[in-house]
Amino acid sequence: MSAAAEDVVTEAPAVEAVPKRAMTLGLGTSLVVLGALILAPLFVKNFIIFQMTMLLIYGLAVLALNILTGGSGQFSLGQSAFYAVGAYTSAILMEHVGMNYALTLPIAGIICFAFGFVFGQPALRLSGVYLALATFALAVAMPQLLKLGFFEHWTGGVQGLVVTKPDAPFGLPMGQDMWLYYFTLVITIGIYIASVNLLRSRSGRAFMAIRDNEIAASAMGVDVALYKTLAFGVSAGITGVAGGLGAIAVQFVAPDGYTITLAISLFLGMVVGGVGWLPGSIVGSAFIIFVPNMAEHISKGLSGAVFGVLLFLVIFLVPHGARQVAIVAQQLIGKLKKN
Amino acid sequence: MELFTNQVLAGIATGAIYACMALAVVMIFQAIDHLNFAQGEMAMFSTFISWQLMQWGIPYWWAFLATLIISFVGGIVIERLLFKPLAKAPILTNVAGFIALFAIVNSCAGLIWDFTIKQYPTPFGSSPFLGSQLISTHQAGMIGVTLGLLIALYFFFQFTRIGLAMRAAASLPESARLVGINTSWMIALGWGMASAIGAIAGILIAPVVFLEPNMMGGVLIYGFAAAVLGGLTSPLGAVLGGFLVGVFENLAGTYIPGVGNELKLPIALALIITVLVVKPAGLLGRPIVKRV
Repeated sequence: MSAAAEDVVTEAPAVEAVPKRAMTLGLGTSLVVLGALILAPLFVKNFIIFQMTMLLIYGLAVLALNILTGGSGQFSLGQSAFYAVGAYTSAILMEHVGMNYALTLPIAGIICFAFGFVFGQPALRLSGVYLALATFALAVAMPQLLKLGFFEHWTGGVQGLVVTKPDAPFGLPMGQDMWLYYFTLVITIGIYIASVNLLRSRSGRAFMAIRDNEIAASAMGVDVALYKTLAFGVSAGITGVAGGLGAIAVQFVAPDGYTITLAISLFLGMVVGGVGWLPGSIVGSAFIIFVPNMAEHISKGLSGAVFGVLLFLVIFLVPHGARQVAIVAQQLIGKLKKN
Repeated sequence: MELFTNQVLAGIATGAIYACMALAVVMIFQAIDHLNFAQGEMAMFSTFISWQLMQWGIPYWWAFLATLIISFVGGIVIERLLFKPLAKAPILTNVAGFIALFAIVNSCAGLIWDFTIKQYPTPFGSSPFLGSQLISTHQAGMIGVTLGLLIALYFFFQFTRIGLAMRAAASLPESARLVGINTSWMIALGWGMASAIGAIAGILIAPVVFLEPNMMGGVLIYGFAAAVLGGLTSPLGAVLGGFLVGVFENLAGTYIPGVGNELKLPIALALIITVLVVKPAGLLGRPIVKRV
């Protein structure tokens, strides 16, 4: 190659490295959070239970993005596309095929895994801004694809599909909302534990090696292409499960529910929660669910501005998101204990 | 045949707008190596400013000029306040910043001018151009303004001290600093110019897509597609890409069955991905080599 016409760039890593240990909460804290999540719905109204369910679902989607970005250092602004595919898979299987809602979720996960893996192939050659751009375009195009006349028989076109909400099985004495909450909670915990183990495994170390220095990773024998697409696939698969759960919880799927706004929200959730810190996913999810609501209370149409301003504050004041806050809190508690 | 010529000419007209957007995207990419996801929203906001000025009774061309100046200053202010502090931050933080800007600008436009669709005047009129049925005077005006802008930019970058300094700051910042160029202000200047170019694109496309806060969503994606096709490192490539994307979009919509209007955005997506995979540097861009 002739050197004259080329730019030579020494590129900084896209994401700041997070040590493996700093990815999770300690055992004690985890149990307290878990206890709170199990007990909370017993004391609140149905609408709040629904919101808590959505909190877990978006939390899953943010977690998926976190595995991709915090784990392997690739971005995606197109998670809403995978979420939509998962939601539509569940909805179509339930309404057209008559399948049980619980069975549709693994199928949604597998289909999205395949979709993500295939999309990851061209994405392999892209890094940084180019990847952000390709996934951004995917998110913008997705609602249009869902509206296509060709699929209309299955997807319901612009009108979308109505999904029936499942009852609690085995005659358990709880409402639909509460059952769905516990159902979601079990799946979320399962996926959370699996994700933690994934990132601590051999594959997880390969992801992080790629994140920190791709060339060094390949020199050490990591199959960069395979692990990059794998990270995309796993992330898309988990997002698909979240999408399926979302369709069941909201009882409705329509193209306009899965616009670029959703993709941006998930991305913000990850940044606010702290990139690479898995428990931050729930914090980020709370941010993207409750902040727009509060902003709408102040003034209609203000939510975007409040969102943006808060995001800038996070970037400038606590660049590592909730993880940084957690670390500071931990140090404060440690000091208090000493005194 | 007449349908074909018609579509090509209409494609060149919308392509002119994509070229402007792509040019604005490339200006910022050259300066700071990031894609400005808020470019479309900034252009939309500028267009609203010009509309407001006209509502207050200022004549079209004066409003146009005032908007360019306001946008230019606005772009510089945004860079100084928000993005200069992020210059050393990881890419992820920058992307988050652009998205935050996107949300703020979009929401503020909705708050100030609400989300109803507004008519936007054209200074060229909409009668057929020079008596031909192929192209309207507004479309001809769009092409004319874009070409004028291009020539002006070419002279600016080729023959003025400050244009040369900007190019130096973009290609070799360290060396530029050594010869006494204030690279930091050159970046701010790039933001200002990108913002003004975006404003021109917004003002020209507003009579076609109508004025509302979400008007630039699709245009921005085409602008990105054009910039990627032409090469993110080449302003000339961006313009060429803009015209090609415009023509391609129109022809695909007319001749490929089943594409029509509903598949136009997915076409832009397919175009972006294909170009990035086949020739990541674009048609006229320089290949980027990583040093380990």
